[in-house]
Amino acid sequence: MTELFFNAIVSGVLLGGFYAAVTVGISIAFGMLDVVNIAHPAFVILGSYAAYICNATFGIDPIITGIVMLPVFFLLGQGVYQFSYLAFERHSTDNLRGLAFFFGLLFVTEVLLILSFGVDYRYVEALYIGKTLHLGPLDLPLRMLVPCALSLALFGCLQLYLARTFTGRAIAAVSQDATALRLLSIDPIRIKRIGFGIAIATAALAGAFLIIIQPVEPSVGREYIGRVFAICVLGGLGSLPGTLVGALLLGVVENITTTFFGPSWAPAVGFGLLLATLAFRPAGLFGR
Amino acid sequence: MSGHADCVTSPVPPAAGRRATQGGLSNARFLLVSFTSAVALFAALTLARSDYVFFACYVIGQFVVLATAWNILGGYCGYVNFGSAAFFAMGAYSTVAISMVLTEYAQTLAGRVLGAIPTAVLLPLLIVFAGVMAGLVGLGMGYLTLRLKGVFFSIATLALSVVLQTLIVNWDFVGGSRGAYVIRPNEFPLPGGFVGYLFALMLLLVVFALTGARAIERSRLGFGFAAIRDDEGAAEAAGVPTLRLKLIATTLSGALMGMAGAPFPYYIGFLEPASAFGLSYAVNAIAMPMVGGTQSWAGPLVGALLLGTFQQVATVTISSVLNLLIVGLLLIFFVVAAPDGIIGLLRGISRRRIAKKGVAS
Repeated sequence: MTELFFNAIVSGVLLGGFYAAVTVGISIAFGMLDVVNIAHPAFVILGSYAAYICNATFGIDPIITGIVMLPVFFLLGQGVYQFSYLAFERHSTDNLRGLAFFFGLLFVTEVLLILSFGVDYRYVEALYIGKTLHLGPLDLPLRMLVPCALSLALFGCLQLYLARTFTGRAIAAVSQDATALRLLSIDPIRIKRIGFGIAIATAALAGAFLIIIQPVEPSVGREYIGRVFAICVLGGLGSLPGTLVGALLLGVVENITTTFFGPSWAPAVGFGLLLATLAFRPAGLFGR
Repeated sequence: MSGHADCVTSPVPPAAGRRATQGGLSNARFLLVSFTSAVALFAALTLARSDYVFFACYVIGQFVVLATAWNILGGYCGYVNFGSAAFFAMGAYSTVAISMVLTEYAQTLAGRVLGAIPTAVLLPLLIVFAGVMAGLVGLGMGYLTLRLKGVFFSIATLALSVVLQTLIVNWDFVGGSRGAYVIRPNEFPLPGGFVGYLFALMLLLVVFALTGARAIERSRLGFGFAAIRDDEGAAEAAGVPTLRLKLIATTLSGALMGMAGAPFPYYIGFLEPASAFGLSYAVNAIAMPMVGGTQSWAGPLVGALLLGTFQQVATVTISSVLNLLIVGLLLIFFVVAAPDGIIGLLRGISRRRIAKKGVAS
């Protein structure tokens, strides 16, 4: 029983590390830039399919594909932001249109993927998939360990970038006081564009992790919407360490639920946490 | 509590005030006109003597109700609900739950009482029951999330479908992931048969929804909603009880969506979670008002009639995936290029014409 429990916690932490990679893009876009990008999971799935195509045709490791796709997704994100800025952000702060736009984007991406790849589950092959490390009573499947470790590395890099570089600090500041940025002769739109590009770029890696962990089909992304926003809100908007803690927490709680109540209950955990956070501590654990 | 209600009138935004004096039919007359046209439509379709016509028109009517319901919260208050499918399924599954009580507990008191009611009488009761259930879900969701920025409410509704679906999948009584059969009566005493009766009920719901939405638009409640949409902070400062109004809107909107879903199990005969929670409901409920126009009751009606008819034709002639793609692209197009929808475009044209005439004379 205790062994089962500890294994559930450890694999929950591994799962949480992966969730952190999926959420970090939302954390930047929603928490720092104030762009409610509910289409983020769709970009993650796009990343998964990029990894799948390269793996199936050239046999390239999904993580290498994820890294190669970073600049592509960065440009894609910049394009999407520029478009949404020209279309509505400069006119008003009307949430309704922005939300409807990103919802449309989420939906269209999913349908396009269904049209081109069908609804079959796709998976990748790599050396580390299927192997497991045994540490005493603990099982550490490499399929979970590799994405988790890399996602922690991604977090470290992003945290350093946002805290140490000039542009990084500007990204963290832009939604708080755009006028102050202008006074420093920084163009807030450019900063937001770069920030959104980075947010979408992380989806390339997160997508590669996702397809390593589980087979992917176009509508898998929808399951992640509740989770990522739950993590984001739980951790506190705009706080990367908060996001990481929130992700680990959700991973552990979800995994314990799966182990003791069955996997069909797992999707409800994220939502329960989300509602509880919104009701009792809307600022999140690490919120200001 | 009642002292607050009087405050609603004072901060009427100028645009809303103008709309109220526009005149037009009174609510009772509008109800009469729309009811008469519904009866005429039903009579005309009965002449076609084809169940398929009823089947197709039922779906379109269902979309009109869903779109109108979405617009009460989305269009009037400016709060985006992504969980239309959840409210719709809530209605559908409350019907399934009752019909399961009928078959599983036929010998108990509850089963006998329900079993004694003929289906024709039971269905309207089921619709009311579904409305109450879905309305309660809306109220609860709203209470937990509406005190924060509107975005949080939208996000919570996104997750709501996933969670309700999880609950339904794990609830064996209503069929779980396998789905459940609902037995339709073989013989039915009214003209048009059972399918005709379902369509007639849906038409009544359409009349009810449109009249209700139009009446809200012109009432104090509607002005309060408009104030929230235009500037919630200012509305709050001017004494509009924003939280209470938002809760009313969420409850009404959710209840109406649930009511639209209640007859669905009887319509389709076999309900499974994947069909009740289909993404197409969520997308269409947003796309239809956005395409038609979110400012008035006519927008969702126009959008639902256009997109609903298009999808009925396209599902048969093209593929159902492709027509969802077209709906999504239309949604994006209208959000970006014509945020006031078709009604807005038409108004713009007529305004320009009047302006031209003014210059000419």
